Amino acid sequence: MKNLVILGAGTSGTMMANHLVSKLPKKEWKITIVDQYKTHYYQPGFLFLPFDIYTEDQVKKVGKKFIPNGVNYIQKKIEQIFPTENKVELEDETLQYDILIVATGCKIAPQETEGMKGKNWHKTVFDFYTYEGSLALRNKLRDWKGGKMVVHFTEMPIKCPVAPLEFVFLADSYFTKKGMRDKVDLTYVTPLGGAFTKPKATAALSHLMKEKNIKVVTDFNIERVDNEKNQIVDYADTTVDFDLLVTVPTNMGDEVIERSGMGDDLNFVPTHHNTLQSIDYENVFVIGDATNVPASKAGSVAHFASETLTDNILLYIDGKPLKEEFDGHANCFIETGKNKALLIDFNYKYEPLEGTFPIAGIGPLKLLKESIFNHWGKLAFRWIYWNMLLKGIPIPMVSRNMSLKGKKIN
Amino acid sequence: MDLNIAGIRLDVTEDGYLTDVSQWNKEIAVEIAKENGIELTDKHWEVLYWIQDQVKNDVALSVRGIKKSGVIDIKEFYELFPGGPLKISTKIAGVPKPKSCI
Repeated sequence: MKNLVILGAGTSGTMMANHLVSKLPKKEWKITIVDQYKTHYYQPGFLFLPFDIYTEDQVKKVGKKFIPNGVNYIQKKIEQIFPTENKVELEDETLQYDILIVATGCKIAPQETEGMKGKNWHKTVFDFYTYEGSLALRNKLRDWKGGKMVVHFTEMPIKCPVAPLEFVFLADSYFTKKGMRDKVDLTYVTPLGGAFTKPKATAALSHLMKEKNIKVVTDFNIERVDNEKNQIVDYADTTVDFDLLVTVPTNMGDEVIERSGMGDDLNFVPTHHNTLQSIDYENVFVIGDATNVPASKAGSVAHFASETLTDNILLYIDGKPLKEEFDGHANCFIETGKNKALLIDFNYKYEPLEGTFPIAGIGPLKLLKESIFNHWGKLAFRWIYWNMLLKGIPIPMVSRNMSLKGKKIN
Repeated sequence: MDLNIAGIRLDVTEDGYLTDVSQWNKEIAVEIAKENGIELTDKHWEVLYWIQDQVKNDVALSVRGIKKSGVIDIKEFYELFPGGPLKISTKIAGVPKPKSCI
């Protein structure tokens, strides 16, 4: 009997378990998945929770429900991976493996910025990338009287790089609906050169910030949060005052990657861009937010990657060359507030372009343009996530590799 | 877009970043630096090579990463490339500027 071990039962790990259970012969392969946490969160929902658009129950379920029969599920902490010995040490047992899939994700590391996780953490300084942060922020916003709200991210890469923008757009809508927009001063602070950084998106979307009366501070590299003066301070000593700071801290891969000596400075595992095999160990594969590939850290990317990785695991078992197929494909709805959203579809090579999706010339979804239909798409996605994506069911008409059909290249 | 620097025609993005790293050489770097009001010193070169190395190894560039680099501290980094150190140093190093997905 051979062993395939999946570390992490988040979006990627769960999808891989569902793909592989029907593909690997049961008599030859035992599939095991390990995750220390009981709850599976719908992370895109953390964007909606603070604004009372989603409830707690809509963003969390018991993870075990999504692990298929025939897969051995272990709910324990992973202590260390020993890739040269093909073993993984859990809190009280050791697993041997023939193939390892690392799907340990990434998470916020507010401790990397001085003062961020200080006395005001989850009081006036919030994250919305954790269930706890998002919920605490919802409770704060419910009776916040207004003032300076600063929405900020620390540095790239972060999960879902558009989420801070979506947050500030939804905040504008939320306060407008509450009849208190005039009492809220909204500022978006980014370490990058602009709110938008790709030429086509900049041209198509820059008007949104002005239209919604959102101030933008660019090239801001945060050094610390000053909890006395309620300011964020950057390395060039410029400051931004806030009454309420909503920040996305540095994102890092799991500590188990660091303990195992398998990651870069941010604990991301060096991974082949197109095969998803780890660079250092041929029987170790990496998927989702745990990799260092230059794709967005997003569920849709993990979904497309999981199809290629499934094929490559089978090729690897047969001793055949791996497909260099994965193209960094991402497909994401972006909320712009007032019940509208954008859709973007892109990969390593092509930036988000205007056009129609998924059917060329018809749509019904529009790329890089605001529409109500796109917003419905975003809301429908929660159902798709729980009922299709996690189960590894392909999304109709959306292929694993990006298609140029329906896109305006120039 | 294209740009003529040091007698060579270069492919660049709308904001002046090389699109083909293989076109980069030291003369081009000196010229781009000059346009940004910077006279390159040994310390600059050390930083530029470090940046190119990071990009080659798929390590995301950030100011925090500079702090951990051992090449330079952040204060020096701001002094060497005043204005927007990461934005300017990547342009001179011939690598893409740090960006998001839109």
